[in-house]
Amino acid sequence: MGAIRFQQVSKIFQRHTGRKLMRQHFRDWFRRSAEHDFYALKNISFQISDGETVALVGRNGAGKSTLLSLVCGLAAPEIGSVQVDGRIAAMMELGSGFHADLTGRENIYLNASLLGFTRDRTRGLYDSIVEFSGIAEFINEPLRTYSSGMILRLAFSVALNLEPEILIIDEVLAVGDQGFQEKCFEKIMEFRNAGKTLLCVSHSAAMVMQLCDRALWLDHGELMMDGKAADVLQAYGGHAVSP
Amino acid sequence: MWIGEYNFVLQNLVLKDFRIRYRNMSLGVFWSLLNPLVMMAVLTFVFTKVIPNAPSPQFPLFLLCGLVPFNFFTLAWISGTTSLIDNANLIKRVPFPREIIPLASVLSNTLHLLIQIGLLLGLALLYGKSVNVHWLWLPVVWIMEVILVCGLALIFASLNVYTRDIRYMVESASTVLFYLVPVFYFPADSQKFQLLYKYNPLAAMIFAQRFILMEGIAPPASLMWRLSIGSILMLGLGFLVFARLKRGFYNHI
Repeated sequence: MGAIRFQQVSKIFQRHTGRKLMRQHFRDWFRRSAEHDFYALKNISFQISDGETVALVGRNGAGKSTLLSLVCGLAAPEIGSVQVDGRIAAMMELGSGFHADLTGRENIYLNASLLGFTRDRTRGLYDSIVEFSGIAEFINEPLRTYSSGMILRLAFSVALNLEPEILIIDEVLAVGDQGFQEKCFEKIMEFRNAGKTLLCVSHSAAMVMQLCDRALWLDHGELMMDGKAADVLQAYGGHAVSP
Repeated sequence: MWIGEYNFVLQNLVLKDFRIRYRNMSLGVFWSLLNPLVMMAVLTFVFTKVIPNAPSPQFPLFLLCGLVPFNFFTLAWISGTTSLIDNANLIKRVPFPREIIPLASVLSNTLHLLIQIGLLLGLALLYGKSVNVHWLWLPVVWIMEVILVCGLALIFASLNVYTRDIRYMVESASTVLFYLVPVFYFPADSQKFQLLYKYNPLAAMIFAQRFILMEGIAPPASLMWRLSIGSILMLGLGFLVFARLKRGFYNHI
Protein backbone atom coordinates (compact mmCIF):
# COMPACT_ATOMS: atom_id res chain seq x y z
CA MET A 1 0.00 0.00 0.00
CA GLY A 2 1.41 3.35 -0.94
CA ALA A 3 -0.82 5.26 -3.29
CA ILE A 4 -1.32 9.00 -3.65
CA ARG A 5 -4.16 10.65 -5.51
CA PHE A 6 -4.65 14.36 -6.20
CA GLN A 7 -7.92 15.45 -7.76
CA GLN A 8 -8.07 19.03 -9.01
CA VAL A 9 -6.23 20.29 -6.00
CA SER A 10 -5.64 23.96 -5.34
CA LYS A 11 -3.82 25.34 -2.35
CA ILE A 12 -4.56 28.97 -1.63
CA PHE A 13 -2.66 31.18 0.77
CA GLN A 14 -3.78 34.60 1.83
CA ARG A 15 -1.16 37.26 1.40
CA HIS A 16 -0.19 39.15 4.56
CA THR A 17 -1.67 36.68 6.98
CA GLY A 18 -0.16 36.81 10.41
CA ARG A 19 -0.04 40.59 10.42
CA LYS A 20 -3.75 41.02 10.51
CA LEU A 21 -5.26 43.58 12.76
CA MET A 22 -8.55 42.97 14.53
CA ARG A 23 -10.30 45.28 12.10
CA GLN A 24 -9.21 43.16 9.15
CA HIS A 25 -10.29 40.00 10.91
CA PHE A 26 -13.77 41.42 11.32
CA ARG A 27 -13.86 42.54 7.73
CA ASP A 28 -12.81 39.08 6.52
CA TRP A 29 -15.42 37.52 8.71
CA PHE A 30 -18.18 39.21 6.77
CA ARG A 31 -16.90 39.09 3.26
CA ARG A 32 -14.12 36.95 1.99
CA SER A 33 -12.27 38.79 -0.72
CA ALA A 34 -10.26 37.05 -3.38
CA GLU A 35 -7.88 39.92 -4.02
CA HIS A 36 -5.32 38.66 -1.49
CA ASP A 37 -5.46 35.06 -2.63
CA PHE A 38 -2.29 33.46 -3.78
CA TYR A 39 -2.45 30.10 -5.52
CA ALA A 40 0.51 28.00 -4.38
CA LEU A 41 -0.95 25.11 -6.35
CA LYS A 42 -3.47 25.47 -9.13
CA ASN A 43 -5.78 22.67 -10.19
CA ILE A 44 -3.33 19.80 -9.84
CA SER A 45 -4.40 16.26 -10.67
CA PHE A 46 -2.24 13.19 -10.74
CA GLN A 47 -2.09 9.71 -9.37
CA ILE A 48 0.86 7.80 -8.02
CA SER A 49 0.31 4.11 -7.58
CA ASP A 50 1.95 1.71 -5.19
CA GLY A 51 5.63 1.21 -5.85
CA GLU A 52 6.18 4.13 -8.19
CA THR A 53 9.20 6.37 -7.82
CA VAL A 54 8.43 9.96 -8.64
CA ALA A 55 10.52 13.11 -8.64
CA LEU A 56 9.18 16.63 -8.32
CA VAL A 57 11.13 19.19 -10.30
CA GLY A 58 10.69 22.90 -10.72
CA ARG A 59 12.19 26.22 -9.76
CA ASN A 60 12.23 27.66 -6.25
CA GLY A 61 8.75 28.68 -5.24
CA ALA A 62 7.10 26.49 -7.85
CA GLY A 63 5.01 24.75 -5.19
CA LYS A 64 7.02 21.57 -4.68
CA SER A 65 7.19 21.75 -0.91
CA THR A 66 3.55 22.81 -0.70
CA LEU A 67 2.62 19.72 -2.68
CA LEU A 68 4.66 17.54 -0.33
CA SER A 69 3.01 19.10 2.71
CA LEU A 70 -0.38 18.20 1.25
CA VAL A 71 0.75 14.63 0.73
CA CYS A 72 1.98 14.43 4.32
CA GLY A 73 -1.28 15.79 5.65
CA LEU A 74 0.36 18.88 7.13
CA ALA A 75 -1.89 21.17 5.17
CA ALA A 76 -5.34 20.74 3.73
CA PRO A 77 -6.25 21.84 0.19
CA GLU A 78 -8.79 24.64 -0.23
CA ILE A 79 -10.16 23.06 -3.39
CA GLY A 80 -10.07 19.44 -4.56
CA SER A 81 -9.15 16.30 -2.69
CA VAL A 82 -5.97 14.55 -1.66
CA GLN A 83 -6.02 10.86 -0.91
CA VAL A 84 -3.08 9.02 0.55
CA ASP A 85 -2.98 5.34 1.45
CA GLY A 86 -0.03 4.06 3.40
CA ARG A 87 2.37 4.98 6.12
CA ILE A 88 4.45 8.01 5.27
CA ALA A 89 7.94 8.93 6.38
CA ALA A 90 8.73 12.46 5.42
CA MET A 91 12.13 14.04 5.45
CA MET A 92 11.05 17.58 4.90
CA GLU A 93 13.36 19.72 6.87
CA LEU A 94 16.12 18.20 8.87
CA GLY A 95 15.52 17.56 12.51
CA SER A 96 12.24 19.46 12.63
CA GLY A 97 11.26 17.78 15.86
CA PHE A 98 14.71 18.08 17.36
CA HIS A 99 15.58 20.29 20.27
CA ALA A 100 19.06 21.61 20.91
CA ASP A 101 19.00 21.11 24.68
CA LEU A 102 18.02 17.45 24.50
CA THR A 103 20.60 14.71 24.06
CA GLY A 104 20.81 12.62 20.92
CA ARG A 105 19.10 9.77 22.71
CA GLU A 106 16.22 11.92 23.96
CA ASN A 107 15.82 13.42 20.51
CA ILE A 108 15.60 9.98 18.93
CA TYR A 109 12.75 9.05 21.26
CA LEU A 110 10.93 12.34 20.75
CA ASN A 111 11.33 12.29 16.99
CA ALA A 112 10.37 8.64 16.71
CA SER A 113 7.17 9.21 18.67
CA LEU A 114 6.24 12.21 16.53
CA LEU A 115 6.87 10.27 13.35
CA GLY A 116 4.50 7.56 14.53
CA PHE A 117 6.68 4.84 16.05
CA THR A 118 5.10 3.00 18.95
CA ARG A 119 6.95 2.81 22.25
CA ASP A 120 7.93 -0.82 21.75
CA ARG A 121 9.17 -0.32 18.22
CA THR A 122 11.25 2.66 19.27
CA ARG A 123 12.92 0.61 21.99
CA GLY A 124 13.46 -2.24 19.60
CA LEU A 125 14.89 -0.07 16.86
CA TYR A 126 16.91 2.24 19.09
CA ASP A 127 20.19 0.36 18.73
CA SER A 128 19.99 0.06 14.98
CA ILE A 129 19.10 3.76 14.67
CA VAL A 130 22.15 4.74 16.69
CA GLU A 131 24.32 2.31 14.78
CA PHE A 132 23.13 3.62 11.42
CA SER A 133 23.79 7.19 12.48
CA GLY A 134 27.37 6.31 13.38
CA ILE A 135 27.52 8.80 16.25
CA ALA A 136 27.11 6.39 19.15
CA GLU A 137 29.82 8.02 21.22
CA PHE A 138 28.02 11.39 21.32
CA ILE A 139 24.54 10.03 21.82
CA ASN A 140 24.27 11.28 25.41
CA GLU A 141 25.51 14.77 24.58
CA PRO A 142 23.08 17.63 24.01
CA LEU A 143 22.27 18.27 20.38
CA ARG A 144 23.65 21.81 20.43
CA THR A 145 27.14 20.33 20.60
CA TYR A 146 26.56 18.43 17.32
CA SER A 147 27.68 19.61 13.92
CA SER A 148 24.97 20.03 11.28
CA GLY A 149 26.23 16.88 9.60
CA MET A 150 25.78 14.90 12.79
CA ILE A 151 22.23 16.23 13.25
CA LEU A 152 21.47 15.19 9.70
CA ARG A 153 22.75 11.71 10.39
CA LEU A 154 20.52 11.39 13.40
CA ALA A 155 17.43 12.72 11.62
CA PHE A 156 17.97 10.43 8.68
CA SER A 157 18.57 7.40 10.79
CA VAL A 158 15.26 7.84 12.61
CA ALA A 159 13.19 8.50 9.50
CA LEU A 160 14.76 5.74 7.43
CA ASN A 161 14.16 3.16 10.12
CA LEU A 162 10.43 3.87 10.24
CA GLU A 163 9.89 1.37 7.41
CA PRO A 164 7.34 3.52 5.64
CA GLU A 165 5.23 2.58 2.65
CA ILE A 166 5.75 6.03 1.19
CA LEU A 167 9.07 7.81 1.56
CA ILE A 168 9.18 11.53 0.98
CA ILE A 169 12.48 13.31 0.59
CA ASP A 170 12.66 17.07 0.24
CA GLU A 171 16.12 17.95 -1.00
CA VAL A 172 17.99 16.93 2.10
CA LEU A 173 20.45 14.36 0.85
CA ALA A 174 22.79 17.15 -0.18
CA VAL A 175 24.19 17.60 3.34
CA GLY A 176 26.28 14.96 5.07
CA ASP A 177 29.63 13.60 4.08
CA GLN A 178 30.28 11.29 1.15
CA GLY A 179 30.24 8.13 3.23
CA PHE A 180 26.94 8.84 4.92
CA GLN A 181 25.34 10.03 1.70
CA GLU A 182 26.20 6.73 0.09
CA LYS A 183 24.81 4.85 3.07
CA CYS A 184 21.52 6.76 2.83
CA PHE A 185 21.39 6.35 -0.90
CA GLU A 186 21.84 2.63 -0.47
CA LYS A 187 19.03 2.53 2.07
CA ILE A 188 16.76 4.52 -0.23
CA MET A 189 17.56 2.20 -3.12
CA GLU A 190 16.66 -0.68 -0.83
CA PHE A 191 13.24 0.92 -0.29
CA ARG A 192 12.86 1.40 -3.97
CA ASN A 193 13.72 -2.19 -4.75
CA ALA A 194 11.38 -3.41 -2.05
CA GLY A 195 8.57 -1.89 -4.10
CA LYS A 196 7.86 1.09 -1.86
CA THR A 197 6.55 4.38 -3.14
CA LEU A 198 9.08 7.17 -3.31
CA LEU A 199 8.39 10.85 -3.81
CA CYS A 200 11.33 13.20 -3.84
CA VAL A 201 12.27 16.76 -4.62
CA SER A 202 15.69 17.26 -6.05
CA HIS A 203 17.58 19.81 -8.04
CA SER A 204 20.14 17.23 -8.98
CA ALA A 205 19.31 15.72 -12.35
CA ALA A 206 21.67 12.82 -11.70
CA MET A 207 19.90 11.89 -8.51
CA VAL A 208 16.48 12.13 -10.11
CA MET A 209 17.58 9.82 -12.92
CA GLN A 210 19.02 7.29 -10.51
CA LEU A 211 16.12 7.19 -8.07
CA CYS A 212 13.01 7.93 -10.07
CA ASP A 213 11.24 6.52 -13.09
CA ARG A 214 8.69 9.27 -13.32
CA ALA A 215 8.78 13.01 -12.79
CA LEU A 216 6.30 15.83 -12.26
CA TRP A 217 7.31 19.33 -13.32
CA LEU A 218 5.72 22.18 -11.41
CA ASP A 219 5.93 25.83 -12.36
CA HIS A 220 4.11 28.67 -10.61
CA GLY A 221 1.84 26.17 -8.94
CA GLU A 222 0.80 24.50 -12.15
CA LEU A 223 1.59 21.01 -13.33
CA MET A 224 3.54 21.57 -16.55
CA MET A 225 4.39 18.00 -17.37
CA ASP A 226 3.98 14.50 -16.02
CA GLY A 227 5.94 11.72 -17.63
CA LYS A 228 9.10 9.67 -17.75
CA ALA A 229 11.87 11.16 -15.67
CA ALA A 230 14.22 11.53 -18.63
CA ASP A 231 11.64 13.30 -20.81
CA VAL A 232 10.51 15.66 -18.06
CA LEU A 233 14.07 16.55 -17.12
CA GLN A 234 14.86 17.31 -20.72
CA ALA A 235 11.83 19.53 -21.12
CA TYR A 236 12.45 21.22 -17.78
CA GLY A 237 16.15 21.70 -18.55
CA GLY A 238 15.32 23.17 -21.95
CA HIS A 239 12.76 25.48 -20.42
CA ALA A 240 15.12 26.67 -17.71
CA VAL A 241 17.85 27.55 -20.17
CA SER A 242 15.70 29.31 -22.74
CA PRO A 243 14.81 32.91 -21.91
CA MET B 1 -2.36 9.07 7.94
CA TRP B 2 -0.51 9.27 11.21
CA ILE B 3 -0.43 5.88 12.92
CA GLY B 4 1.37 6.42 16.17
CA GLU B 5 0.93 6.10 19.87
CA TYR B 6 -0.84 9.08 21.40
CA ASN B 7 0.50 8.48 24.91
CA PHE B 8 4.05 7.96 23.73
CA VAL B 9 4.09 11.34 21.96
CA LEU B 10 2.46 13.05 24.92
CA GLN B 11 5.00 11.55 27.29
CA ASN B 12 7.94 12.56 25.13
CA LEU B 13 6.70 16.12 24.71
CA VAL B 14 6.11 16.48 28.44
CA LEU B 15 9.56 15.08 29.17
CA LYS B 16 11.02 17.51 26.65
CA ASP B 17 9.46 20.46 28.48
CA PHE B 18 10.71 19.22 31.84
CA ARG B 19 14.20 18.67 30.59
CA ILE B 20 14.50 21.97 28.80
CA ARG B 21 13.14 23.84 31.77
CA TYR B 22 15.27 22.28 34.45
CA ARG B 23 18.43 21.13 32.78
CA ASN B 24 20.11 24.51 32.67
CA MET B 25 19.03 25.71 36.10
CA SER B 26 21.14 25.43 39.19
CA LEU B 27 18.18 25.69 41.56
CA GLY B 28 15.98 23.42 39.47
CA VAL B 29 12.58 22.61 40.93
CA PHE B 30 13.31 24.83 43.94
CA TRP B 31 11.93 27.67 41.82
CA SER B 32 8.50 26.09 42.01
CA LEU B 33 8.62 26.52 45.80
CA LEU B 34 10.11 29.96 45.84
CA ASN B 35 7.30 31.76 44.06
CA PRO B 36 4.41 30.67 46.33
CA LEU B 37 6.58 31.13 49.43
CA VAL B 38 7.45 34.71 48.50
CA MET B 39 3.85 35.51 47.59
CA MET B 40 2.67 33.97 50.82
CA ALA B 41 5.16 35.98 52.86
CA VAL B 42 4.33 39.27 51.15
CA LEU B 43 0.56 38.88 51.35
CA THR B 44 0.73 37.71 54.96
CA PHE B 45 2.82 40.77 55.79
CA VAL B 46 0.35 43.09 54.07
CA PHE B 47 -2.81 41.61 55.54
CA THR B 48 -1.59 40.97 59.07
CA LYS B 49 0.80 43.89 59.61
CA VAL B 50 0.12 46.71 57.15
CA ILE B 51 -3.65 46.46 57.09
CA PRO B 52 -4.49 43.93 59.81
CA ASN B 53 -7.59 42.51 58.23
CA ALA B 54 -6.86 38.85 57.51
CA PRO B 55 -9.98 36.78 56.75
CA SER B 56 -8.61 33.81 58.65
CA PRO B 57 -6.43 33.34 61.76
CA GLN B 58 -4.38 30.79 59.82
CA PHE B 59 -3.81 33.22 57.01
CA PRO B 60 -0.70 31.62 55.39
CA LEU B 61 -2.54 28.33 54.97
CA PHE B 62 -5.66 30.18 53.78
CA LEU B 63 -3.53 31.96 51.20
CA LEU B 64 -1.74 28.89 49.97
CA CYS B 65 -5.07 27.13 49.41
CA GLY B 66 -5.72 29.91 46.90
CA LEU B 67 -2.23 30.44 45.53
CA VAL B 68 -1.53 26.83 44.57
CA PRO B 69 -4.50 26.38 42.23
CA PHE B 70 -4.17 29.95 40.98
CA ASN B 71 -0.47 29.58 40.14
CA PHE B 72 -0.96 26.39 38.20
CA PHE B 73 -3.98 27.84 36.46
CA THR B 74 -2.22 30.91 35.12
CA LEU B 75 1.14 29.27 34.35
CA ALA B 76 -0.43 26.39 32.48
CA TRP B 77 -2.99 28.60 30.74
CA ILE B 78 -0.33 30.98 29.44
CA SER B 79 2.13 28.30 28.39
CA GLY B 80 -0.70 26.33 26.81
CA THR B 81 -1.79 29.39 24.87
CA THR B 82 1.63 30.01 23.35
CA SER B 83 2.40 26.30 22.86
CA LEU B 84 1.39 26.03 19.20
CA ILE B 85 3.37 29.11 18.20
CA ASP B 86 6.35 27.94 20.24
CA ASN B 87 6.26 24.66 18.33
CA ALA B 88 5.71 26.23 14.91
CA ASN B 89 8.43 24.06 13.37
CA LEU B 90 6.53 20.93 14.38
CA ILE B 91 3.23 22.23 12.98
CA LYS B 92 4.91 23.05 9.69
CA ARG B 93 6.90 19.88 9.28
CA VAL B 94 5.68 16.91 11.26
CA PRO B 95 2.19 15.49 10.71
CA PHE B 96 1.04 14.30 14.12
CA PRO B 97 -2.19 15.10 15.99
CA ARG B 98 -1.91 18.79 16.83
CA GLU B 99 -3.96 18.73 20.00
CA ILE B 100 -1.13 16.89 21.72
CA ILE B 101 0.94 20.09 21.81
CA PRO B 102 -1.24 22.22 24.10
CA LEU B 103 -2.13 19.19 26.21
CA ALA B 104 1.55 18.35 26.72
CA SER B 105 2.26 21.94 27.59
CA VAL B 106 -0.36 21.92 30.33
CA LEU B 107 0.69 18.53 31.65
CA SER B 108 4.33 19.55 31.85
CA ASN B 109 3.26 22.21 34.35
CA THR B 110 1.79 19.56 36.64
CA LEU B 111 5.26 19.07 38.10
CA HIS B 112 5.00 22.60 39.54
CA LEU B 113 1.55 21.74 40.79
CA LEU B 114 2.76 18.57 42.49
CA ILE B 115 5.63 20.35 44.22
CA GLN B 116 3.35 23.14 45.39
CA ILE B 117 0.80 20.60 46.58
CA GLY B 118 3.58 19.08 48.66
CA LEU B 119 4.19 22.53 50.15
CA LEU B 120 0.49 23.01 50.81
CA LEU B 121 0.05 19.67 52.54
CA GLY B 122 3.23 20.26 54.54
CA LEU B 123 1.91 23.61 55.73
CA ALA B 124 -1.47 22.08 56.62
CA LEU B 125 0.27 19.49 58.81
CA LEU B 126 2.40 22.23 60.32
CA TYR B 127 -0.78 24.01 61.37
CA GLY B 128 -1.82 20.91 63.23
CA LYS B 129 -4.34 19.67 60.69
CA SER B 130 -4.49 15.93 60.62
CA VAL B 131 -4.83 13.66 57.64
CA ASN B 132 -8.41 12.49 57.36
CA VAL B 133 -10.65 10.67 54.94
CA HIS B 134 -11.84 13.92 53.35
CA TRP B 135 -8.36 14.47 51.94
CA LEU B 136 -9.37 11.91 49.34
CA TRP B 137 -11.34 14.74 47.73
CA LEU B 138 -8.13 16.64 47.03
CA PRO B 139 -6.98 14.56 44.02
CA VAL B 140 -10.43 15.04 42.50
CA VAL B 141 -10.02 18.81 42.80
CA TRP B 142 -6.55 18.74 41.24
CA ILE B 143 -7.52 16.44 38.39
CA MET B 144 -10.49 18.68 37.60
CA GLU B 145 -8.19 21.67 37.55
CA VAL B 146 -5.88 19.98 35.03
CA ILE B 147 -8.92 19.09 32.90
CA LEU B 148 -10.20 22.66 33.06
CA VAL B 149 -6.87 24.15 32.00
CA CYS B 150 -6.48 21.58 29.20
CA GLY B 151 -9.79 22.80 27.80
CA LEU B 152 -8.74 26.44 28.05
CA ALA B 153 -5.35 25.72 26.52
CA LEU B 154 -6.94 24.01 23.50
CA ILE B 155 -9.22 27.01 22.91
CA PHE B 156 -6.69 29.77 23.43
CA ALA B 157 -3.77 28.03 21.72
CA SER B 158 -5.79 27.63 18.54
CA LEU B 159 -7.06 31.21 18.67
CA ASN B 160 -3.52 32.44 19.25
CA VAL B 161 -2.46 30.95 15.92
CA TYR B 162 -4.87 33.25 14.12
CA THR B 163 -4.42 36.35 16.25
CA ARG B 164 -1.24 36.64 18.24
CA ASP B 165 -2.69 39.20 20.65
CA ILE B 166 -4.58 36.41 22.38
CA ARG B 167 -1.45 35.70 24.34
CA TYR B 168 -1.39 39.21 25.83
CA MET B 169 -5.07 39.00 26.51
CA VAL B 170 -4.51 35.81 28.49
CA GLU B 171 -1.64 37.37 30.42
CA SER B 172 -3.72 40.40 31.36
CA ALA B 173 -6.67 38.21 32.25
CA SER B 174 -4.42 36.21 34.59
CA THR B 175 -3.39 39.34 36.46
CA VAL B 176 -6.98 40.49 36.77
CA LEU B 177 -8.10 37.03 37.91
CA PHE B 178 -5.75 37.20 40.88
CA TYR B 179 -8.07 39.84 42.34
CA LEU B 180 -11.36 38.47 41.08
CA VAL B 181 -10.79 34.96 42.32
CA PRO B 182 -10.82 34.62 46.13
CA VAL B 183 -7.10 33.91 46.49
CA PHE B 184 -6.48 36.19 49.48
CA TYR B 185 -9.99 36.99 50.68
CA PHE B 186 -13.34 35.43 51.30
CA PRO B 187 -16.41 36.89 49.57
CA ALA B 188 -18.56 38.65 52.17
CA ASP B 189 -21.81 37.45 50.65
CA SER B 190 -21.64 34.26 48.62
CA GLN B 191 -25.06 34.97 47.13
CA LYS B 192 -23.74 38.05 45.37
CA PHE B 193 -21.63 37.96 42.21
CA GLN B 194 -22.59 34.37 41.55
CA LEU B 195 -20.82 34.28 38.21
CA LEU B 196 -17.52 35.00 39.92
CA TYR B 197 -17.87 32.89 43.02
CA LYS B 198 -20.50 30.28 42.39
CA TYR B 199 -20.14 29.28 38.77
CA ASN B 200 -16.41 29.85 38.46
CA PRO B 201 -14.55 26.52 38.59
CA LEU B 202 -11.30 28.16 39.71
CA ALA B 203 -13.06 29.76 42.69
CA ALA B 204 -14.76 26.44 43.40
CA MET B 205 -11.34 24.75 43.60
CA ILE B 206 -10.11 27.27 46.11
CA PHE B 207 -13.26 26.91 48.24
CA ALA B 208 -13.04 23.14 48.07
CA GLN B 209 -9.42 23.11 49.23
CA ARG B 210 -10.28 25.38 52.15
CA PHE B 211 -13.14 23.14 53.20
CA ILE B 212 -10.93 20.06 53.06
CA LEU B 213 -7.67 21.39 54.47
CA MET B 214 -8.75 24.12 56.86
CA GLU B 215 -12.07 22.91 58.17
CA GLY B 216 -11.36 19.22 57.79
CA ILE B 217 -14.74 18.54 56.21
CA ALA B 218 -15.85 17.26 52.85
CA PRO B 219 -16.68 19.99 50.33
CA PRO B 220 -20.43 20.36 49.63
CA ALA B 221 -21.60 18.03 46.90
CA SER B 222 -23.09 20.91 44.91
CA LEU B 223 -19.69 22.62 44.84
CA MET B 224 -17.97 19.49 43.55
CA TRP B 225 -20.66 18.99 40.93
CA ARG B 226 -20.31 22.51 39.62
CA LEU B 227 -16.54 22.18 39.59
CA SER B 228 -16.53 18.83 37.78
CA ILE B 229 -19.22 19.65 35.24
CA GLY B 230 -17.64 23.04 34.50
CA SER B 231 -14.20 21.51 33.95
CA ILE B 232 -15.38 18.64 31.80
CA LEU B 233 -17.56 20.93 29.68
CA MET B 234 -14.57 23.20 29.18
CA LEU B 235 -12.46 20.28 27.94
CA GLY B 236 -15.23 19.25 25.56
CA LEU B 237 -15.55 22.79 24.27
CA GLY B 238 -11.76 22.91 23.90
CA PHE B 239 -11.71 19.86 21.65
CA LEU B 240 -14.59 21.24 19.58
CA VAL B 241 -12.96 24.61 19.02
CA PHE B 242 -9.61 23.01 18.30
CA ALA B 243 -11.08 20.60 15.76
CA ARG B 244 -12.80 23.51 14.06
CA LEU B 245 -9.72 25.74 13.91
CA LYS B 246 -6.88 23.31 13.27
CA ARG B 247 -7.42 23.17 9.53
CA GLY B 248 -6.03 26.67 9.20
CA PHE B 249 -2.95 26.21 11.39
CA TYR B 250 -0.61 25.50 8.52
CA ASN B 251 -1.60 28.66 6.66
CA HIS B 252 -1.34 30.92 9.68
CA ILE B 253 1.84 29.71 11.34
